[in-house]
Amino acid sequence: MSYKAKFKVWRGEGGEGKLEDFTVEVNEGEVVLDIIHRLQATQAPDLAVRWNCKAGKCGSCSMEINGKPRLGCMTRMSTFSEDETITVTPMRTFPVIKDLVTDVSYNYQKAREVQSFTPPSSVRPGEYRMKQVDVERSQEFRKCIECFMCNNVCHVIRDHEENKTNFSGPRFLMRIAELDMHPYDVADRQDAAQEEHGLGYCNITKCCTEVCPEHIKITDNALIPMKERVVDRRYDPLVWLGNKIFRRGDNGK
Amino acid sequence: MTQTTPDAPVRRQRAQVKVRTLRTDRWWLTPFLTFLGLSSFLVYGVWAIIDNSIFVDPYIAPFASPCLAEVTCPEGARLFGWAPIGDWYTLSPGLLILALPGGFRLTCYYYRKSYYRSFWLSPPACAVQEPHGKYTGERRFPLIMQNVHRYFFYAAILIGLILAWDAVLALVHKPLGLGTWILIVNAILINAYTLSCHSCRHITAGRLNHFSRHPLRYRAWTFVSKLNAKHQPLAWASMFSVMGADLYVRLVAKGIIAFPYA
Repeated sequence: MSYKAKFKVWRGEGGEGKLEDFTVEVNEGEVVLDIIHRLQATQAPDLAVRWNCKAGKCGSCSMEINGKPRLGCMTRMSTFSEDETITVTPMRTFPVIKDLVTDVSYNYQKAREVQSFTPPSSVRPGEYRMKQVDVERSQEFRKCIECFMCNNVCHVIRDHEENKTNFSGPRFLMRIAELDMHPYDVADRQDAAQEEHGLGYCNITKCCTEVCPEHIKITDNALIPMKERVVDRRYDPLVWLGNKIFRRGDNGK
Repeated sequence: MTQTTPDAPVRRQRAQVKVRTLRTDRWWLTPFLTFLGLSSFLVYGVWAIIDNSIFVDPYIAPFASPCLAEVTCPEGARLFGWAPIGDWYTLSPGLLILALPGGFRLTCYYYRKSYYRSFWLSPPACAVQEPHGKYTGERRFPLIMQNVHRYFFYAAILIGLILAWDAVLALVHKPLGLGTWILIVNAILINAYTLSCHSCRHITAGRLNHFSRHPLRYRAWTFVSKLNAKHQPLAWASMFSVMGADLYVRLVAKGIIAFPYA
């Protein structure tokens, strides 16, 4: 069963642009990305959209559909009513290159600023031995497909461009948590999370968790545990005293 | 071909969408209901501090427990008959202790989310622009004080145990009383909410990197993690249960509710 759907799609380069109206055919089982492709094929051959796997695993087709950050390939048309006008815009936090394609290099810059996995110097590659329970928490974060919708929706940078310098966003704070929880990582990540990556900006309003297409519990399992670790390190006098008395070098972990 | 070098002018601007949000759902409903729910709790708390009908044997209103004052606590209401605050204190007994459970909820990670969204609109909902020109998060005073949450958690554990003790006393003295069972349900919900706290999860074993070296703590963490996944519903359920239980005891104490098994 097919019908004609009304679409408003952001068209323009470098931020300047406007929402253009389209009426386009929709068939059963299609997703929003299918409709964008149909627009390219039939009405707007120069419409720019970034996409790749069409299976929700590459994180390329992040866009905002009716104002919500979504993957175009995972948003079924059947979730909208036939008389609804569907608005499609690029991710709002990042600069626009063209139409729905944004420049996400902010994220790559922040990724480079996170110190890489740092094992103890006494352990050589091939000598790592760890149990599943010790790495299970970190493995949840490895599901991330880097769609950057969590960073896009985070109001710290979405509504305050000036915070981009000091805030790495939920994606990379989660990466820091992943490494900090790793049994073989010895780098000091707690001070870095607070001072260099802006963990203190996070007010745990959980939008990152709400939009994650991989359903990673970013706030509950990464950001809040990381905040608690920072409290251990910087704000809890009892933990500080315990570490001094019992001479626990790595917070007794 | 579109330029992608860092200096290319076409890359510098976000999409200039002139509206606060393009969301078409009722995004305002959740923060609005949260605002009403939390406001009702605040208003009730103020009334409970003013109201003196805190005890009717064997029930004590949860907002006034533990009752530590000599003058304003009837003898049966005192914890183990103990009144460490002498006869100089004549104000509401609730004033002495409400800062502890109140502080626990105020600094709770879930409540922070809910009041940042519904009271401070920072942000009111996901992908809805907040109205503030500047944002510094929890990095400065006063919001940096949210980091004391774990100390309020320690106090909340004590308060939870005392509420459970109050429920046990009511069960012993009036097992068929409706109030007894209201206090029991309230004590269960309050303690479940307290144990589901993120700080509790961190303290049990979340701070460890080698779960396998601490199997007992890991089991405790697994249990707390399951509760923690229900932290939001437990926060609301325990908030309404403590208000409901407190109001019930006060209405019985005032004689407004009066039936044989009240």
